[in-house]
Amino acid sequence: MGTLLKVENLVIELSTTKGVAPVIDDLSFELQAGQTLSFVGESGCGKSMTALGIMGLLPEKVGRIASGSILFNGEDITKATDDRLREIRGNDISMIFQEPMTSLNPVFSIGEQIAEVLRRHQKLEKAAAWAQAIELLDAVRIPDAKRRASSYPHQLSGGQRQRVMIAMALACEPRILIADEPTTALDVTIQAQIFDLLEDLRAQTGTAIIMITHDMGVVAEIAERMIVMYAGRMVEQGQVDHVLSHPRHPYTKGLIDCVPHLMATLTEQRAELTEISGIVPSLAEFGQDTCLFASRCHLANQQCLQARPTEQHFNEQQLVACWRAGEV
Amino acid sequence: MSNFSKPTDSSTSQAGSQTIERARHPAADALGMFVKNRAAAVALFVLVLIVVAGIVGPIVYETDPYDMVWAPFSPPGQEGFLFGTDYLGRDILAGILHGTRVSLLVGLSAALMTVFIGVTVGALAGFFRGWVEELLMRITEFFQVLPTLLFSMVIVALFGPTLTVITIAIGAVSWPAVARITRAEFLRIRELEYVTASRASGTRNAKLMFSVILPNALPPIIVQAALMVGSAILFEAGLSFLGLTDPNIVSWGQIIGSNRPYILDASYTVTFPGVAIFVTVLCLSLVGDGLNDALNPKLRQR
Repeated sequence: MGTLLKVENLVIELSTTKGVAPVIDDLSFELQAGQTLSFVGESGCGKSMTALGIMGLLPEKVGRIASGSILFNGEDITKATDDRLREIRGNDISMIFQEPMTSLNPVFSIGEQIAEVLRRHQKLEKAAAWAQAIELLDAVRIPDAKRRASSYPHQLSGGQRQRVMIAMALACEPRILIADEPTTALDVTIQAQIFDLLEDLRAQTGTAIIMITHDMGVVAEIAERMIVMYAGRMVEQGQVDHVLSHPRHPYTKGLIDCVPHLMATLTEQRAELTEISGIVPSLAEFGQDTCLFASRCHLANQQCLQARPTEQHFNEQQLVACWRAGEV
Repeated sequence: MSNFSKPTDSSTSQAGSQTIERARHPAADALGMFVKNRAAAVALFVLVLIVVAGIVGPIVYETDPYDMVWAPFSPPGQEGFLFGTDYLGRDILAGILHGTRVSLLVGLSAALMTVFIGVTVGALAGFFRGWVEELLMRITEFFQVLPTLLFSMVIVALFGPTLTVITIAIGAVSWPAVARITRAEFLRIRELEYVTASRASGTRNAKLMFSVILPNALPPIIVQAALMVGSAILFEAGLSFLGLTDPNIVSWGQIIGSNRPYILDASYTVTFPGVAIFVTVLCLSLVGDGLNDALNPKLRQR
């Protein structure tokens, strides 16, 4: 399995009223074919910006890729033309969004919307695209797909709509599927179904998945590798089991401790459920040459305030950006 | 968790709890809403009658509106002339029936032109933003601040009072409203998630504009277009009243305009065409309101 996506020293800048802020600050990672990679972090840490940056869908005139490269199969897509990007979007890299209730066009039937993607990228005929759309709906377990294909989005439940979104995203068998908090708006039971579905489809098609979430439980369940983001910077990355069992960054540890463990309630000793005090710094503070987590960190010392932490390796697999990583 | 992984489990539980309703196009729902609005439904019915009268009337009622058929100023109902005759002894009923075609045609074509220009300008401005929007909206504002009646009079006076020129004159002064509505809708819809999602699946700009955003922006534009037909008919009547009309073609406004000097002596000569204009514009306005209710999702629950 080769490297499918290689992001190197990516910097994405966002213009705000107070000036330009680096919402993604020197991010590097690799995605192997068929792998599931998870981005974790609080709101406003740059997870969604990373996804939009890869898709070339940063908000016009506000966000831009300032430096770095995104290599898809060796091709730098930060330098690709609009036409080339349109070829890639939906065909090689596709995306599903957080809000299934509003991500479908209300005036077209779901079958038409899926068929549209197929006709655009696979150049299928109308009838063939429709037949394929029905098959896709069936593959994402929409009951009675043949009849359902002519339903309109408002006639479907949230879970069904997210399935339709997945069907549409997977229509052209993309190499990479970016899922931006795909289950945040859904019931817990539906969440589990959606994850199982993604897992099954990944096994069938070999599509690599980039899963963006703030839920450590989700990460533990489906991802192989994870990247923890804080204030636009990568703070820790590595194999999920390594990171979860031995977090090296105080922020990662904090995130893990925030999640209640069902098993813990069965024993006499119950671990205290903690929170990370404070909030993510505002955009104006992004990009400073300090550890941006220092204000919320109980281990912070002078060094943390004076220089941005360098990235250090732990057991070859884990990469951590923290001055005090050894003490966590 | 594992029990969800079998496809049969999830499908049966969903199919059981939910009966699949027949897939209906959103337009079908809107039609249902429209019919529930009694005033709008009646207005639509009357409007259909008027259109039929315009099409069939001149064929059935063969009297030429330009023929002198009887003594001038014969009051309504006498000598078999239902609406009487005018100052030249011409049959007013024939004039109204023949004028229906012209008035409706001018109203419709002016409204179509208005919508065409307005939607194009508004869509480009709202979709591309930036300098395109600045330029187009400044042009729109320029047209908006011109006194409409005066401007259209200038156009008609310059190019001569033919129906085409009158229609163009009406269209040229009415499109800014549609352009502004379209732009506002585009600005709103372009930020919605399904547009981003569509962009993320590789849709081209032209397609995004006209097959993703425009269909969703249509409801207020349709309502405006219906009202536009009414105001175009009024506009044409206004121009005719001032004498800016083709004297060889009968329209409602033209009948009123030519009988203007006798308004005190034979008021019926202007009353009947006036009533025709009033009823038509009122119906168009009610239909517009009905469409507004039917197409506005916020009012659906009422």
